Amino acid sequence: MSDLFQDYSEAAARSGAYDEMFAPGHVARKSYGQVSGALRELSLADVTARADSMARTFLDRGVTFDYAGEERPFPLDIVPRVIPADEWDVLERGVAQRVKALEAFLNDVYGRMAVVADGVIPRQLVTTSAHFHRAVHGFEPSGGVRVHVSGIDVVRDAAGTFRVLEDNVRVPSGVSYVLENRRAMAKGLPEAFGQQHIRPVEEYPRRLLSALRKTAPAGVDDPTVVVLTPGVFNSAYFEHTLLAGLMGVELVEGRDLICRGNRVYMRTTAGEQRVDVIYKRIDDDFLDPLQFRSDSMLGCPGLVNAARAGGVTIANAVGNGVADDKLVYSYVPDLIRYYLHEEPIIANVDTFRLEEKEAREQVLDRLDELVVKPVDGSGGKGLVIGPDASKDELDALRKRVIADPRGWIAQPVLQLSTVPTLSGDKFGPRHVDLRPFAVNDGDDVWVLPGGLTRVALKEGSLIVNSSQGGGSKDTWVLANSPELPAEFIPRQSVTVREQVSVWPVESNWRDRQTEQQQ
Amino acid sequence: MLSRIAESLFWIGRYVERADGTARILDVHLERLNHLPLEEQRSVARELLAVMGAKPQSEDFGLPELLHALAYDKQSASSIAGSLGAARENARRARETVSQSLWESLNTTYYGLNQHRKDVVGTYRFCNWVLERTAMVRGLADTTVSHDESWLFMVLGRSLERADMTARMLSTRDVQSAGMSWVNMLRCAGAYESFIRTRRAAFGDQHAAEFLLLDRLFPRSIVYALRDADECLAKLDPSAQRVGFINDARRIVGQARTFLEFHRTDDLMSELPEHMERVQKAVTQASDAISRKYFNQADEHAWVGEVS
Repeated sequence: MSDLFQDYSEAAARSGAYDEMFAPGHVARKSYGQVSGALRELSLADVTARADSMARTFLDRGVTFDYAGEERPFPLDIVPRVIPADEWDVLERGVAQRVKALEAFLNDVYGRMAVVADGVIPRQLVTTSAHFHRAVHGFEPSGGVRVHVSGIDVVRDAAGTFRVLEDNVRVPSGVSYVLENRRAMAKGLPEAFGQQHIRPVEEYPRRLLSALRKTAPAGVDDPTVVVLTPGVFNSAYFEHTLLAGLMGVELVEGRDLICRGNRVYMRTTAGEQRVDVIYKRIDDDFLDPLQFRSDSMLGCPGLVNAARAGGVTIANAVGNGVADDKLVYSYVPDLIRYYLHEEPIIANVDTFRLEEKEAREQVLDRLDELVVKPVDGSGGKGLVIGPDASKDELDALRKRVIADPRGWIAQPVLQLSTVPTLSGDKFGPRHVDLRPFAVNDGDDVWVLPGGLTRVALKEGSLIVNSSQGGGSKDTWVLANSPELPAEFIPRQSVTVREQVSVWPVESNWRDRQTEQQQ
Repeated sequence: MLSRIAESLFWIGRYVERADGTARILDVHLERLNHLPLEEQRSVARELLAVMGAKPQSEDFGLPELLHALAYDKQSASSIAGSLGAARENARRARETVSQSLWESLNTTYYGLNQHRKDVVGTYRFCNWVLERTAMVRGLADTTVSHDESWLFMVLGRSLERADMTARMLSTRDVQSAGMSWVNMLRCAGAYESFIRTRRAAFGDQHAAEFLLLDRLFPRSIVYALRDADECLAKLDPSAQRVGFINDARRIVGQARTFLEFHRTDDLMSELPEHMERVQKAVTQASDAISRKYFNQADEHAWVGEVS
């Protein structure tokens, strides 16, 4: 191994986390064989040149996120995160299981509430959730799916066990980086792909489109799908354009839509055109000024009623936020047992429910060693990591927790697993998480092989959000079987059809002309 | 205008387009090649070279040799470097006719050929650079040259070569293993997004091939390119004829185009190899016919014509 990895083992030992690439003793794990071989061949100059060129490609292609009003290329690290086939198999099943349970939970919560009647969760848990929307109570969305797209965040603890950190079933974002990262890596570190088969990610837009079409309102033969974006100022706007482009559908803003007679139309040069499926990338609160925030300029009045009347499918369904409330999260293992009669495949992170008196007291005593999160936050907003917080911050937090115990949960600090990451002139261990994406078409939950690996670029930092200095890594899932999947099987000689020529017989004009000339 | 100049312009159009098409094909297929086991990589490299109309120089032909043959070999008219060198050579012979900026962009491109690393990563960048340069050359040709006869010859060469290149892109389908090949065909032609927008949910080999072969609006489809060539030929020789034709090139191009455009089939995929072969043949014949009609050289001059 070149000197790029010189101080790696000491740094890794310092953090005490599970390292994805090296087993203890600085031996590359089997799944990383090819990657480590490729990196060994490269000098610092090579690696930096390639990293620079990848960043430039991202900027050129507009793969950026909005940071303090400025477009920045989303940092992509050159070392991929590799997941061996057997580990992925478990993750895949675990994610699908969770999505199915959450789907069943949402159907129940906005219907009979059997889960409350049977005493699995307290009614209060649901009704106090900020994202429980009574406006969508009592109807089954057309198409029958609520969680079309989900991102289930998983992390690996110090023992190397995968655990679910949180569920995202409202507007999970980041899949565009998965697609772009693979593209950039294929050109940035081609040596590492080599002889192993890495499962492709490029079918995601097609899977998504077919799931969206499949869940269109009944009776529509050729459904029109649109992506609804808040507009160019949204931090994930790049993703909206990419997905709409790769699916070949229109990217609409609220002002492009009209609701009339519980149907939705978009304004086009050819007049109004019916819209059957809306892939919604804006928050529920802004979706429909008639039902939610009346000052919203981003949505379109009447959408919720149209959905209720079955005139349009909204994906993900309105009101999904109740399922990714972080207090509900602590009940998900119970929900899996209740709805699916299965044991959870991936465990939760231990979570303190602060409404319970004993737990609260214990947490308030140990605030400086726990992570405390608001239940409805996303993007790492409002999260406090005890060991890193100042005394003032902890005091402020204590007051807020006592004032609103329903609004917070506490978890032990997890040493997220690490992957070598280029930092300055060498590789250092940096903490990562993983967001696998799942697409649910009603019959089947398909999990995109891999997902988004986010990495905290500062040494020791546990916060991977891009808004707080995080980057990403390409995530490779190795194919299970040694035999190659269909895509790589050498083409069997095409069925030899009787070669009947369809073109007219070639005339002999050339000879005739020569004769004439003579 | 002078036949000699017209010929140079025609070949500038062809060579620039050829460099562009080859760069597109190489860029997309290099990515696939890289993921293949070594043995298969070698055989696919050979097949890809054959699709581009060249033969391996030696028995030992693998990825590095493919890169040399298609990208960097200045001696070969089927490599990018060779094509761009030849385009520049032609521009040099017609320098007083082409605009200063067109000449300059070709010349700059020629001198930039060596500034790239010749490994896999360098080749990706090289291909990208070639796409940008050729787009620039085309843009300058369109905006700084009068759209008179000289420009028409350039566009004629470009259109014919484009039809030929798209036919080769379609032929790479046979080289790739099954599966996602249609995505690659479309990406070669830069047609992926356009295709997806027109087709909504209808994906697959058949639709992709149809798009690249027959679409009337996509500028890199064969039918579109042949129609462009047809129009150039008509403008070059506007003499109205009530019956028949006086121009072999027009007949060949027109026949190929109309055959494809009005051909009806249920099984495009199995006919595809024949279509590709005939399109490539038609391009060659048309090019010959154009040479005979417009660039005729006295035999005794012993002019060494361009290698096609």
